Amino acid sequence: MSEIDPKVVRYVADLARIALTDDEVERFTGQLAVVLDAVGKLREVDTAAIPPTASVLPLENVMREDEVRPSLALEDAMRNASAREGDLFRVQTVIEERPTGG
Amino acid sequence: MAELPAAVTEAAALLRARRTSAVELARAAIDLARRDPWNAWLAVSEAEALAQAKAADERIARGDAPPLCGVPWACKDIIGTKGVETTAGSRILDGYIPPYSATAVERLDREGAVMIGKTNLDEFAMGSSNENSAFGAVRNPWDRSRVPGGSSGGSAVAVAAGQALFSLGTDTGGSIRQPAALSGIAGMKPTYGRVSRYGVIAFASSLDQVGPFARSVRDIALVCQALFGHDPCDATTMPLPPEDLLRDLDRGVRGMRLGVPKEYFVKGIEPGVEKAVRDAIRELEGQGALIEEVSLPSTDFALGVYYLIQPAEASANLARYDGVRYGLRVEGADLLDTYRRTRGAGFGAEVKRRMILGTYALSTGYYDAYYVKAQKVRTLIKAEFESVFERVDALITPTSPTVAFRIGAKADDPLAMYLNDVFTLPANIAGLPGISIPCGLSEGLPVGLQVIAGYWQEATMLRVANAYERATAHHRLRPPQQKAA
Repeated sequence: MSEIDPKVVRYVADLARIALTDDEVERFTGQLAVVLDAVGKLREVDTAAIPPTASVLPLENVMREDEVRPSLALEDAMRNASAREGDLFRVQTVIEERPTGG
Repeated sequence: MAELPAAVTEAAALLRARRTSAVELARAAIDLARRDPWNAWLAVSEAEALAQAKAADERIARGDAPPLCGVPWACKDIIGTKGVETTAGSRILDGYIPPYSATAVERLDREGAVMIGKTNLDEFAMGSSNENSAFGAVRNPWDRSRVPGGSSGGSAVAVAAGQALFSLGTDTGGSIRQPAALSGIAGMKPTYGRVSRYGVIAFASSLDQVGPFARSVRDIALVCQALFGHDPCDATTMPLPPEDLLRDLDRGVRGMRLGVPKEYFVKGIEPGVEKAVRDAIRELEGQGALIEEVSLPSTDFALGVYYLIQPAEASANLARYDGVRYGLRVEGADLLDTYRRTRGAGFGAEVKRRMILGTYALSTGYYDAYYVKAQKVRTLIKAEFESVFERVDALITPTSPTVAFRIGAKADDPLAMYLNDVFTLPANIAGLPGISIPCGLSEGLPVGLQVIAGYWQEATMLRVANAYERATAHHRLRPPQQKAA
């Protein structure tokens, strides 16, 4: 029995913004079912009274002064962009422009 | 063709005696890397290396050079290097030139070490065999039909094959120690928080740690001496006073208490591996160490904890690859479609699997059952280690249950692949330091001995590893095919 089926794989891949081929969906469904089955072993552990650990370090709230310091030059930060327009990263339209005069 | 010296310490002595120069060593390493038959290298940065070597020679001539000055090294291609392409072994970062270097690289630059180039790895460090690289598998110099381990396979092989005197890797679940074991060299993961992760391409942020590969424990200590320390750019580095990692290296193990966790000698371990590790334990006992069997009862749950926390953190970290600011972009019908196509085309199968697994574990309805559950069991695993380290100075275990396996043997079975790391990933879950050193051969292939120590106890760990190394010759064995290549 597995909670993973092709529909779930497609749905989660969509959440992760990854396009999958039909062949990948089929392959991953089987492989992920095996992995989820293995990690499901954790259900055997009684953790009712155990707090979660997000970080192993004995550090909390690392603070520093909020100082103005030099940062990357604009050109250095933009150099790897696949498409740019002046000093901006160019992407496709997300929000359509409102018709003028309305 | 010129060969490199056998160790960092040897190179440093030759440089100081003017019997070689940093430029000469760099030229030899560049030549070896260029003719590399193992696919260990993704890039050789000749111009930068020769400039560093020239500067190193001037510093050595002035007489104030630190130990790593002029020593050629290799950098895992997940660690950012200013001006030198950094791919993380992925098509999605093909062509990416970092605008700054990782702190770890800057620290080695400051020492005068000479970076020869970037080494191959499993894509985004996701793998235990180096077969998941978008730029092809790395081959093991001990047997070219076998994997060198992973994910830092290129960095392991560069040192094992004598193309560099040390290298850097990253270890999230064993990615330094396991390839060190399978390639027959030393590899060390420091305590989480010892080495800055700034400028290192993030995989699983609560587990990742940078560390060195080298041919001897002393070389490992020398590199750690340069790497360790607080970095204001990484809030997870611990502000601790500097420590002399070489001071206690030769003090031996007489009277030390060494624990052997019984859960590390169970199912799946090859007889030849177990024998080599048991022999190593007897050697340490012969040197006066007090050997004690200990128990870490939750070891069996470590794999489950790791394969929830690690993909969950990775799925968040890798959300940044959207084709906008750097790397590959595959244009779709709209922006959302561009994201999906870019990531569909740019990520390999293993990365996609982990993105899906991680996103699933973090999604509504499964978050508590998987992700939070894993974090709770993480607490238990950490507590068990802490309790054991109240009684013993270090733990001795095998590094990997098997020797190097054949390329392709586990490629279609993710779970079988994940099981390679059962003995290494508990230290990442707890954040403890671990080192793998050679402890002999099984069926002609290297076996790794793992030493795990308590938090910030790298000096103790290195002392144990060095005591074993000094008494044995395993670290001097060289791959038989190295000469034939």
